[in-house]
Amino acid sequence: MPRNPQLNANGELQHLLSIEGLPRELIAKILDTAESFAGVTERDIKKVPLLRGKSVFNLFFEGSTRTRTTFEIAAKRLSADVINLNVAASSTSKGESLLDTVANLSAMQADIFVVRHGSSGAPYLISRHVKPHEHVVNAGDGRHAHPTQGLLDLYTIRHYKKDFSNLVVAIVGDVLHSRVARSLIHGLTTLGVPEVRVIGPQTLIPTGAAALGVRVFHAMAEGLKDADVVVMLRLQSERMSGALLPSAQEFNKHYGLTAEKLARARPDAIVMHPGPMNRGVEIDSAVADGPHSVILPQVTFGIAVRMAVMSMVAGGA
Amino acid sequence: MKLLVKGGRVVDPASGRDAVGDVAIEDGRFVESAAGKPDRVLDAKGLVVAPGLVDLAARLREPGYEYKATLESEMEAAAAGGVTSLAIPPDTDPPLDEPGLVDMLRRRAEALLLAHVYPVGALTVKLEGRQLTEMAELAEAGCVAFSQADAPVVDTQVLWRAMQYAATFGYPVWLRAEDPWLAKGGVAHDGEVATRMGLAGIPAFAETVALGALLELVRATGARLHVCRVSSAAGVAMLRRARHDGLPITCDVGIHHVHLSDLDLGYFDSQCRLAPPLRSARDRDALAAGLADGTIDCLVSDHTPVDEDGKHLPFAEAEPGATGLELLLPLALKWGMQRKLSLAQTLARVTLAPARILGAQAGRIAPGAPADLVVFDPEAPFRVSASTLRSQGKNSPFLGVELAGRVRATLVAGRVVYEA
Repeated sequence: MPRNPQLNANGELQHLLSIEGLPRELIAKILDTAESFAGVTERDIKKVPLLRGKSVFNLFFEGSTRTRTTFEIAAKRLSADVINLNVAASSTSKGESLLDTVANLSAMQADIFVVRHGSSGAPYLISRHVKPHEHVVNAGDGRHAHPTQGLLDLYTIRHYKKDFSNLVVAIVGDVLHSRVARSLIHGLTTLGVPEVRVIGPQTLIPTGAAALGVRVFHAMAEGLKDADVVVMLRLQSERMSGALLPSAQEFNKHYGLTAEKLARARPDAIVMHPGPMNRGVEIDSAVADGPHSVILPQVTFGIAVRMAVMSMVAGGA
Repeated sequence: MKLLVKGGRVVDPASGRDAVGDVAIEDGRFVESAAGKPDRVLDAKGLVVAPGLVDLAARLREPGYEYKATLESEMEAAAAGGVTSLAIPPDTDPPLDEPGLVDMLRRRAEALLLAHVYPVGALTVKLEGRQLTEMAELAEAGCVAFSQADAPVVDTQVLWRAMQYAATFGYPVWLRAEDPWLAKGGVAHDGEVATRMGLAGIPAFAETVALGALLELVRATGARLHVCRVSSAAGVAMLRRARHDGLPITCDVGIHHVHLSDLDLGYFDSQCRLAPPLRSARDRDALAAGLADGTIDCLVSDHTPVDEDGKHLPFAEAEPGATGLELLLPLALKWGMQRKLSLAQTLARVTLAPARILGAQAGRIAPGAPADLVVFDPEAPFRVSASTLRSQGKNSPFLGVELAGRVRATLVAGRVVYEA
């Protein structure tokens, strides 16, 4: 098997493609760096010059407003130039190949490609074809990984719980299709969280999930018991009724997070969600807006985490 | 024309011969011993002399996919790989569903005089799984069997009737066992690796569910079924039971599936995007064992040249398949070494056994048989690389890997078609 493609020969971050395979110290360093940027985002002048003169290309082959925007804000706060490309609507529809698109943008002097693609592994393909000074940051590929989301989730957990070594984290819902869940699971297991649980019907739990280092539960009452952290996953509307689930209502009945179900978790449990939320499907408003919810702070932390990642791959930080 | 292949280690799985000696050829056929002075002597000292390889699945990409490969390029690859007989699956464009097309392909291929070709006709028109092809006409044009290649027959009523019809005339049916619904959208073996990589899975039971249906249809129709590219341990176990029950079935496995597993996907290596998918290490071991114990009759290259554009894509979007004609011999040797088999036992899986399934007079060194021969150095190493492959398809999971077994000469009907 070839060397981990996201680390350079010195073990530093060359690209960020997946949390899987990142050494524990490196994850901690990203989180520490993000913490140092958290101050920046609260200042009047929200800029540091770490990426001045560098170009960040937001290359989104799949639509996303939120993730793209947070990357854009993060890059601008690092003083980089940001170019947003909605590739889904332009070149690929004219038949240009993924690698041609990247080669063309590379000729326009990119430093960082922030890539979102519907196909698992696409950022790996791109990373094999970019120049040595160019860096790829995965902003979500298929069902595979969404490492900056995973890192911001880790950041959020660390912020509220301080220590990973004694936690029970429950991830609820459509684990099968979730890159968010995969990235978070790798992060949690790498950081030594003793119990990571996934909760959902068999149809939404992937084959051999236990091999990821998680305990599989099908009932919320058991899965949420004494949890310190509850992570609700987004259920895509196209999966709400069909062969995987009979209806959104039935999913909500069993797996939607209500105050009543949440009472099974620890009294100081935090509730997270990667957004955008389907209120009344995977999460009730009373919980989403309630005292346990840290969903909005997640968004804020996301900017600092993305600043950390981009500065570490391209800024020599 | 008289030819003498002199002083090699002659290995003939059919007769069990494995001894240093000469092989005499006259007018394109093997003869007992050379009468008079040969026109040419091929020195095979220190080399193995064996029947030319027979490959039951080699896509030559014509007609329709000439940008991926041509008859010329692929038959040269066959010659370089020591493959002297090959069966061509019907998934060309248009598919081999018309006698005229089959006739043209066969004539064009045979005119190159590089290998014997055996077209496999489409079982249904356009491989769509709806209407039966004119099997008798296709057989007359040279089709040796009928197949769907990788295309499913979704409608089991059609599958039943197709097998009945083929059985009526004694035509063999070659099919892959894969339930199209269970496999829908999948690109990798449904297991821990696909889960980790976020790739949509094809469960092993997509194979066994389909195989169960095929075996029942064999029982019902008496069709002669050849199961192509078995891929799972559970599939091998089912085939073992079915053969034990005396069903008229045979089967093959691809060269990649006895050596590789889903772990080889590494970081989304699209060279490992194959159909059927590479399954778990346990499945791979069961396939290698099944090939050794005779549950699986033969090893095939499943040669599928794909151009760079087809592989320079994210894993799920990449075109499945790998080039294989030039790797069939070295990968068979590697498998035989791992299973601690004799050279004759190893070579039987790529000569005698597939020749029997084809019903061809190939795969043996016997007086009167066509003089198809491969002369090779079983220990000579080489590194698989795009520049050394003659196939137009440079796509292989083995790129960069060192293998042993180099072909020094290939003879088809007594003609030297390759020498190195």
